[in-house]
Amino acid sequence: MGVQIEVDHLTMRYGAVTAVDDISFTVEPGEFFGLLGPNGAGKTTTLETVEGLRSPTSGRVSVDGRDPAKREPDLQRRIGVQLQSSAFFERLTAVEQLQTFGAIYGVPTSRLDDLLEQVGLTEKATAQVEDLSGGQKQRLSIACALVHDPDVVFLDEPTAALDPQARRNLWDVLRGINDSGRTVVLTTHYMEEAEELCDRVAIVDHGRLLEIDTPGALIRQLDAATRIGLATEALTLEDARRLPGADSVTLGGSGLVIETREPATLLAELGRREALEGLSVSKGTLEDVFLDLTGREYRA
Amino acid sequence: MSTSTTPGSRTEPSTGAGDAKAARPLKALTIAMFKGFVRDRMTLFWAIAFPLMFLVLFGGIFTSQGEVDPAEVVVVGDVSVIDDAPAEAQKTIEKSVDITRSDDLDAALEKVRDGDADAVVTEEGGEVTVHYSAADPVAGAQIQGVVQAIVQQANTAVYQQSTGEPPTFMFASSQVEDDSLEQIQYVTPSLLGWAVAMSATFGAAANLVMWRKSGLLRRLRLAPVRTSSVVLARVGVSLVIALVQAVIFVGLGVGAFGLQLSGWWPLMVPLLLAGTLAFLSIGMLAGAVSKTEEGAIGLANFIVLPMAFLSGSFFPLDGAPTWLRAVSNCLPLKHLNQGMLDVMVREQGPSAIVLPIVILLGFAAVFATVSARLFRWEA
Ligand SMILES: Nc1ncnc2c1ncn2[C@@H]1O[C@H](COP(=O)(O)OP(=O)(O)OP(=O)(O)O)[C@@H](O)[C@H]1O
Ligand SMILES: [Mg+2]
Repeated sequence: MGVQIEVDHLTMRYGAVTAVDDISFTVEPGEFFGLLGPNGAGKTTTLETVEGLRSPTSGRVSVDGRDPAKREPDLQRRIGVQLQSSAFFERLTAVEQLQTFGAIYGVPTSRLDDLLEQVGLTEKATAQVEDLSGGQKQRLSIACALVHDPDVVFLDEPTAALDPQARRNLWDVLRGINDSGRTVVLTTHYMEEAEELCDRVAIVDHGRLLEIDTPGALIRQLDAATRIGLATEALTLEDARRLPGADSVTLGGSGLVIETREPATLLAELGRREALEGLSVSKGTLEDVFLDLTGREYRA
Repeated sequence: MSTSTTPGSRTEPSTGAGDAKAARPLKALTIAMFKGFVRDRMTLFWAIAFPLMFLVLFGGIFTSQGEVDPAEVVVVGDVSVIDDAPAEAQKTIEKSVDITRSDDLDAALEKVRDGDADAVVTEEGGEVTVHYSAADPVAGAQIQGVVQAIVQQANTAVYQQSTGEPPTFMFASSQVEDDSLEQIQYVTPSLLGWAVAMSATFGAAANLVMWRKSGLLRRLRLAPVRTSSVVLARVGVSLVIALVQAVIFVGLGVGAFGLQLSGWWPLMVPLLLAGTLAFLSIGMLAGAVSKTEEGAIGLANFIVLPMAFLSGSFFPLDGAPTWLRAVSNCLPLKHLNQGMLDVMVREQGPSAIVLPIVILLGFAAVFATVSARLFRWEA
């Protein structure tokens, strides 16, 4: 059921702009794969080439061993897509959108209620799409991608406009789809989301592939300092700076943040002083990896 | 999350049902497009109400020309030519003027000055006088004409009685409208032609641009639908709209304005279908080359409105210069209108629609080919 995806030396140019620059990777059947990168990195371009919407300048993509750009109906029926900007039939209701897409894909429309419930739109079933909020449209667009029960799902920033509740519920939906053996490829700007969901992530910037690995391995490689957070009242800034093993100390809105490479020593000392108010400990995150790889400058 | 769908419950690609499979997306797209059309009050207005307004307008002009409102006339004192006129003449008088009686000449004249009455008629010693206001010369002239005729008739009667001979000269009038087409007979077929042309062109142009701009065409490109299904869905919707327009136009024409259909009127259906195809493909072209909906609608207007005038949709071109009629002959709408007139009101049979249909389908083929070349999925 899962589908293998191969991207082989993919390059995509628009005039002087090289949107995708010689990218190669493979997504294994049943894998949950994430494409990460700053704005304009080339995520959408890569994804849409794999979907068959754009033809590469050079290189090759294949889905289940076939060329998606040929638009073969039986391959298309196995692919579900949610594009970065959602598109609907004008003035149809949520449920009619699903019916129409279902009919186009030639599937019975019996599980539409289920699907609407999964994306939390049961109450909006009979609302015309123009009357939905941004996040509701986004969720409907995801439902439209899933209506024909595809073997591989491509989602371009599926949770971009969603509130925390909807985001977490959608994670459950996507995990469920992936657990049943289907391949899922998504792009996101939420590192927490990628860390939570993806088996592997690829980090791209300026059209180039920078890293590709499991989130855990990437974080370990970074070998980041441990961050210890404390309430402001726990310790003065001066005392904190003099703690054994403290590399840097900053005072922020949520309190003190101490970075250290010797967390055991430092935590023992804090315990001895009984200065543990508001304690939080965190090791590097995928976001640290991302910023470390792509820097902190704005992208065009 | 309840992905309870086991592999077994998936719809197996059934063999040999290729046609049924192709029909479903087409049907779904057609329904979706049709709902989108019906739910948009603006497109409904332009397709149905706007052309109907023209029909009512032209139909209304016709009725008020045919039966002029009787003029208000105040008769002061005894006017023997009116009072003693034979019964038949009385009837004619009643038809064209509304007579009220009065004894107060000054009050009656005041009424005319104020515009409450159109004229005052008095008689003194065999001299019949019409007092009218210069403010309404049309009504004045009309009443003068009526009264003059009455006086003449009375004179003739007196002459005949005294000499026993018929008068040397007699006056007779006859309306020409039975010989050529009455207004409603002309405007219903040709306005219907225009209405169908307009909504087919606008519908295709706006639809195409809207779906491209919203990204829906792009999304559909990833779905297992053929381009031809998208086009055929639009064809289906436009044909339905054309038939609805025809029903409403003919219904209103016959029901409210006394339109009389010739026996061959059902032949208008194939004509309308061919016309819809021609103007659909023109609309597709407008939609293919326009970036915005406003641009597409403007372009459609730019094509259809002048064409409507040049094709005699609003008024006949019989009096137009030869070169204009030559231009007119190159326009598809002209041939649609011609065919519609022939079969709806001119008692012409199937042979009258052959040439128009061939020409319309020719236009359809040419424009469809060009717009297929220029077609773009993405904005
Ligand atoms: N159709 C196009 N024509 C010209 N340039 C394009 C086109 N599509 C993308 N680009 C350019 O290619 C680059 C990559 O764009 P892309 O949409 O793939 O970025 P992205 O990683 O998806 O960004 P975001 O996170 O903002 O969605 C950008 O610089 C963009 O301007
Ligand atoms: Mg993008």
